[in-house]
Amino acid sequence: MATLWFWIVAVMLAAYVVLDGFDLGAGILFPFVARTEEERHQVISAIGPVWDGNEVWLLAAGGTLFFAFPLVYASSFSGFYMPLMIVLWLLILRGLAVELRSHFKDVVWRTFFGGLFFFASAMLAIFFGAALANVIRGVPLGADNYFFLALWTNWRTGPNPGILDWYTGIGGVVALLALALHGALYLIVKSEGELRQRARTAAGLLWPLVAVTTVLAIPATVVARPDSLQNYHGHPAAFLAPIIVAASLAGIVILLRRGSELGAFLASCTYLIAMLCGAAVGLYPVLLPSTNPAMGSMTIANSIVGPHSLRVGLVWWTIGTMLALMYFSIVYWLFRGKVSQYSDTYGH
Amino acid sequence: MDALTLHRLQFSFTITFHYLFPQLTMGLALLLIVLKTMALRTNDERYNEAARFWAKIFAVNFLLGVVTGIPMEFQFGTNWSEFSRRTGGVIGQPLAMEGVFSFFLESSFLGLFLFGEKRLSRLAHWGAGFMVFLGSWISGFFIIVTDAWMQHPVAYELMPNGTYQVRSFWELMTNPWALRQYAHNMCGAVVTGAFVMSSVGALYLLQKRDVDFGRIFVRVGVIAAVLSSIAMIFPTGDLQGKFVADNQPTAMAGMEGLFHSQKGAPIVLMGQPDIEGQKIDNPIAVNRVLSFLIYGTSAAEVQGLDSYPKDQWPTTLPLLFYAYHIMAGLGTYFAALMAVSVFLLWRGKLYTTRWLLWPILLSFPLPYIANTAGWMTAEIGRQPWLVYNLIRTAGGESATVGAGTTLFSLLGFMGMYTVLAILWVLLVYNIIESGPRPVVAIGSNETAMHA
Ligand code: HDD
Ligand code: HEM
Ligand code: HEM
Repeated sequence: MATLWFWIVAVMLAAYVVLDGFDLGAGILFPFVARTEEERHQVISAIGPVWDGNEVWLLAAGGTLFFAFPLVYASSFSGFYMPLMIVLWLLILRGLAVELRSHFKDVVWRTFFGGLFFFASAMLAIFFGAALANVIRGVPLGADNYFFLALWTNWRTGPNPGILDWYTGIGGVVALLALALHGALYLIVKSEGELRQRARTAAGLLWPLVAVTTVLAIPATVVARPDSLQNYHGHPAAFLAPIIVAASLAGIVILLRRGSELGAFLASCTYLIAMLCGAAVGLYPVLLPSTNPAMGSMTIANSIVGPHSLRVGLVWWTIGTMLALMYFSIVYWLFRGKVSQYSDTYGH
Repeated sequence: MDALTLHRLQFSFTITFHYLFPQLTMGLALLLIVLKTMALRTNDERYNEAARFWAKIFAVNFLLGVVTGIPMEFQFGTNWSEFSRRTGGVIGQPLAMEGVFSFFLESSFLGLFLFGEKRLSRLAHWGAGFMVFLGSWISGFFIIVTDAWMQHPVAYELMPNGTYQVRSFWELMTNPWALRQYAHNMCGAVVTGAFVMSSVGALYLLQKRDVDFGRIFVRVGVIAAVLSSIAMIFPTGDLQGKFVADNQPTAMAGMEGLFHSQKGAPIVLMGQPDIEGQKIDNPIAVNRVLSFLIYGTSAAEVQGLDSYPKDQWPTTLPLLFYAYHIMAGLGTYFAALMAVSVFLLWRGKLYTTRWLLWPILLSFPLPYIANTAGWMTAEIGRQPWLVYNLIRTAGGESATVGAGTTLFSLLGFMGMYTVLAILWVLLVYNIIESGPRPVVAIGSNETAMHA
């Protein structure tokens, strides 16, 4: 049961990254690919009806973590207090920027919220990457299972790291680049004209960077947390994850060359999922590794909630997720196709 | 200030601010369905345009509800980690269900409702609106189940490691406190929605602009307001009060300012509690009424605060007393104002009765005050317990997060929310000022959409 819930939380997080990832990516590219007001409007229209639903995956994943592993939720949320507060503020600012930009025609208003949209999207991507890297590297758990991480210490991993060190920094960069690429591929699918052309150029520039940093991240992870190879040794099937990462990275370029825009975007989805799966395989059954040699890690076994909750939870979670998938299919189907340059589906 | 106080201040500040938005969201969601239904039944395009107008306000309000709601979800872990660790086995359930069942529903269908009118048939568009309504009301339910468990814990068992687990899911969802609280609270949301709608209507009528729409808003608003205002008092407020008296007697004694147990207890309509002297200053009181309201007979004995050890008294007693009296006082005013309005509406005079349109216009902030005061009553009345009779508030906070850090984040929220409040006022003012688009001719859907 505990294993099942580990993977449920992981799948929900992966859904979040794949879905919100493309609208974060669109935000990162916003000032670079959209030059005219019409193009900016196209970008916003491309994500307008869906970004909030995408973000709900983060909330639902957080709620599910709270429900299934309350100890991990309590310990990690209080331990990562400062960065989480900053993430919250960034989420607030980004939500405002997407929705409020079009409320007034004024050029100062629009420039300000456009800039905010870019800034908050880019920062969020970096924070999420660093957050994942923090979880992989581990935290200095205290005897009561709590900890508190400073924002930065000496930029080194080790028994007493900060939120930001060389390893989590790499995590942030990988996320920024990968989500920017993901966003570019989404925009190629959804847009037309010069915007689409510039998104293609952006994708072309980003792809090699993503490939290089991805390759770099693997040895870095092994250095930061040698244990992450354990599961790979035990279960050779786990090597499927890095293989799929490589294959989908190649797939992005090949499909884009062949003109299969949707295919390239889906390859990027696979890439993100495989990266996260690789990380999850490296962690399992640990949820929060301990860098404190005197304390064991927080595992699924020592933090799982009681059996009645889990049994009931499985029922409503299955029903709820089926419904959510149904809503998402309806929405994405109704808003399918390219947002035309003169679209008035979004804005006021 | 110590860390605990700051954690409490941050939580109460952020939740109070958050709740300003959902109350209008939930109230308006219902009224939007009313307008859409009338559009379907009468084929009168004005109702559709009225719905479009309110959907714009709804969208801004929803956005602020969303961005202020996300911090709430996180703060259980960031600021109340010990509480989360111990009770996650119970309240993690409704909180996770809220995300899975209502936020997905709301956020997906709101996009369709706002931007999909041209892609959907009339009936399907109504359906999208209905889903948004359903989502917001389900959301309210799960959050109330969470809060009700803290007020009146049921269906749990204590584990050896000090954590609580659900024993029966069904019992948790049908917590009698939750059902009463939900009924009262949702009526409160409709009061807010209805007052805001009638206020905008009254503004248009007084300004003699968009008179057609002013009339629709006033009519729909006033009727919804009278029904919900009366339901606030009876049966929902009455039921809540009796249940609090039975299950949280310390809270009830504090709400009523009853320091000493007595038979035939009076109800204090106004006054200022004096904690040191254990009395009410300048009271205006009606004898025996409290006994009657709680127990149905005017002779019954009501337990005062002196029946309980002082360490179980609610911690900020005067605030509790005032909050409760503000809520109940405003509730009486709402019912009276709207009863007069609906009478004049029935006689066909309301739209031109300027002396009444003025108070309708000016009353829109009052339901916000009443709802906030109601929550303050509930939350302060629960003190000093975080989970009534199980976990004390002191000790539930995150021990690793220090006072300095908490003050930093509290100041950050205060700054950010000030900006949000200003933006909200600016945007809603702008929407009201631009007004609904005049409807050219019946059935000219396209012209109305493109302008
Ligand atoms: C428009 C808003 C509004 C109005 C007019 C009233 N209430 Fe209320 N009341 C609420 C909005 C509210 C609320 C915000 O919805 C609360 C807070 C928690 C809850 O469940 O509902 C609440 C709670 C609440 C409680 C529970 C307090 C606790 O849990 O300790 C009682 C006993 C009452 N109300 C009683 C009344 C009475 C007798 C009213 C009659 C005049 C009244 N309310 C009007
Ligand atoms: C689901 C709903 C809610 C939950 C789970 C909840 C939970 C909490 C928690 C954990 C605290 C901090 C601990 C404490 O001081 O008791 C608190 C305090 C408080 N909450 Fe709530 N709350 C909810 C809804 C609300 C709403 C909607 C409001 C107001 C609009 C509100 C107003 C307050 C206030 C004013 C305090 C401070 C009380 C004091 O410290 O004396 N709460 N609540
Ligand atoms: C501590 C308590 C609370 C938490 C954790 C919380 C959490 C949230 C979150 C995360 C959202 C954004 C959802 C999205 O992205 O679509 C939200 C919105 C919402 N919340 Fe809360 N909330 C709390 C208190 C309340 C209360 C007391 C109510 C009403 C009874 C309420 C009703 C709503 C509604 C209707 C929405 C929909 C959007 C809107 O606010 O306009 N919430 N809440």
